[in-house]
Amino acid sequence: MAGSVTIGEIERFFVDEAALLDEWRLEEWLALFTEDGRYLVPPLDAPEADHRTTLFLVADDRRNLASRVRQLLGGSTWAENPRSRTRRLVTNFRILEDGTDGVRTTANFAVWRFQHDATDVYVGRYTNVLVRGPAGLLFRERRVILDLETLRPHGKLSFIL
Amino acid sequence: MDQLPFEDLIIDDRVNGIFRVNRRAFTDPAILEIEKREIFDKSWLYAGHVSEIAQPGDFVTRRVGGRPLILVRDRMHQPHALLNSCPHRGNIVCREGAGSAHNFVCFYHAWNFDLDGSLAGVPGEESYTPAFERSAMGLKPVPRFENYKGMLFVCFDPGAEDLVSYLGNAREYLDYMLDFGGEDVEIVRGSQAYSMKANWKLLIENSIDGYHAISTHYRYFVQYLHDIGADTASWLGPRRRWGVGVALGGGHSVIENPQRPTPIMLQAEDELAEIRSRLVAKFGAEHAHRIADFNRNLFIFPNLILISNWHTIRTWYPLAPDYIEIDAWAALPRDDSPQLRQRRYENFISFLGPAGFGTPDDVSGLEGCQRGFATWRELPWSDISRGMGRDQPTSQDELQMRAFWRRWNALMHGERGPTDCSDRPPATLAAAE
Repeated sequence: MAGSVTIGEIERFFVDEAALLDEWRLEEWLALFTEDGRYLVPPLDAPEADHRTTLFLVADDRRNLASRVRQLLGGSTWAENPRSRTRRLVTNFRILEDGTDGVRTTANFAVWRFQHDATDVYVGRYTNVLVRGPAGLLFRERRVILDLETLRPHGKLSFIL
Repeated sequence: MDQLPFEDLIIDDRVNGIFRVNRRAFTDPAILEIEKREIFDKSWLYAGHVSEIAQPGDFVTRRVGGRPLILVRDRMHQPHALLNSCPHRGNIVCREGAGSAHNFVCFYHAWNFDLDGSLAGVPGEESYTPAFERSAMGLKPVPRFENYKGMLFVCFDPGAEDLVSYLGNAREYLDYMLDFGGEDVEIVRGSQAYSMKANWKLLIENSIDGYHAISTHYRYFVQYLHDIGADTASWLGPRRRWGVGVALGGGHSVIENPQRPTPIMLQAEDELAEIRSRLVAKFGAEHAHRIADFNRNLFIFPNLILISNWHTIRTWYPLAPDYIEIDAWAALPRDDSPQLRQRRYENFISFLGPAGFGTPDDVSGLEGCQRGFATWRELPWSDISRGMGRDQPTSQDELQMRAFWRRWNALMHGERGPTDCSDRPPATLAAAE
C-alpha cells in the first residue's frame, strides 16, 4: 500500500468504524475484517505481548470474531442484554508504517460505557494493520491496548472495544 | 462485637431436605467485618505460585486477605511472603507489581532491606539509642507461609493448623489439578485482574454451580461451540451422565464430571493422548484415569477455585459487602509444546476472563443477584436445596454449596472444630456413631 493512503483517509476510517460500534451495527463492522483478520486485546500486565505466547483477554481469529458478533446480537449474551450504551472518542491518528503488506496505524481512544446505572471508562490506543479491499480499507489486525491497570471496577469487557 | 448481631442466617433442615441462606448474609457490613475476623484472618489463603518468582530476586506484590504483600525469592532460592509496609513508618516499600530486585528500599526515609526482609541499612543509624533493635526492624513476614506443590499459601493466624491438615480431603483433588500435564505447572504470562459488584460468597456458589451452565452460558455451549463446528455431543455426551458434587470437609468441595477434553482441546488430541500415556507411566492406570478423564471445579475454603476445563486458579477478596476484587491466572504444564500451549490459551479465553464467552455473563448475573438482594427484608431467603434428598447428589445439585455454607456458619458462630458439611441428618450421624 506504500504511499497510497493519507492520514485523512485513516481518520475517516477510524471515525466511521467507531460509529458502527456505538450503533451496534456489528455485522457491518465485522465485514471490515479480512478473512485472516484478527481482533486482539492483550492482557493489561503485558500490553506488548504476542497472543501466541501469552494469555490474552481476546485473541479472536475471523471465525471467533464472527461468533462473538453473532452472540452479541443474539440476545443470550446476558452481559449485554440489555445492551450497553457506549460512546467512543477516537483521536490522535498516526500512520506508523506504510508498507507493502499493509499500513500500520494508531489512534487513541476513550470509550464510555453505561449499563445498570454504572459508568465505566475504557482508555487506551488502537494499533491497526489495514489493507486495501475492493470497497475500502480493511482490518488485517485490530489491537486494543488498554491503559487501565486492572478491569476494576469495570469487571468485564463484554462489548467490542 | 463478640455476639453475632443476627439470628440464624442458615436454615439447614436435613430431615425435610430444605437449605436456605438469609440474604442479609450478602448485604450487611457488620457481617463482612465478622467474616474478615473469623474467616479470612484465620484461614489459609492462596497468595501466588513459585513460578512467578522463579529466580533469586524475583518478586511480585499483591493484596492477599486485604494486606499488601511481597512474594520474593531470596539469594538462597528461598521464597518469602513479607508484609509490604515499612516497619519504620508504614509506607508501601515495594511499589512495582512484579520484577527482579537486589534489595528493597523504602523511599520515605531510605531504609533498605535484603531480599529475605532483614533490615540492611538505616541512614543515620547512630542517632538511635541502644534500645533500638535493628534485628527486629526488618520487613515482617506473614505469620504463616507454606508451599504446596508450588502453590504459595499464607495465613494470618499464627496458631492455625498446618496447610496439609487444612486442605484435608481437598488435597487429593488439588493434586489432580496440578498433575494433569505430567510435569509441574507454571503461571503463564497474562493475568486477569477484574472485579464484581457482588458479595464474595456469590462467586463461590457460582464457581461450583453446574445447574446454571446451560441457561447462563447458552451462548457458549450452544452458539459458540456450534459456530466453531465443535462436536458437542462427543464432549458433553449424547446422553449426558452427570457426575457428582462432593463435600470434602472443612468447607472445601468439588463438582466432578466424567468428560472428554473440551472441543478446543480435542483439536490437540494426539498430544493429549501422549500426555495421558505419560500419566499412566508416572501414576498408574487408575490414578491417571482419575486425573485425565474427569473435569472438576474444586473449591478450597474460603476463596480459591481451580477449574480443570480451563486450568485456571482464581481467588478474590471482598472490599465491601457488594464489591470484590478478583485475580485469575492460567496454570499450565511447563513443558507443553508451543502449539499445545497456544491451544490452551485459546481454550481458556474462549470461556474465562473478563472478555471470554462465559465469565462476563457470570459477572452480570451475580451483580444482578446483588441488586436483587435489596429486597432482603421482604424476600429473605435464597434456596440451595437441590439434591438434598439424594444419597449422592449430582454435579447439578448443590451439596457443594451447602458444604461451604455449613463451614461458614460454624466459623461465624465461633465453632472452630470440625464441621459436618454433609447432608446427613443428625439422627443418622448418631446411629453411625
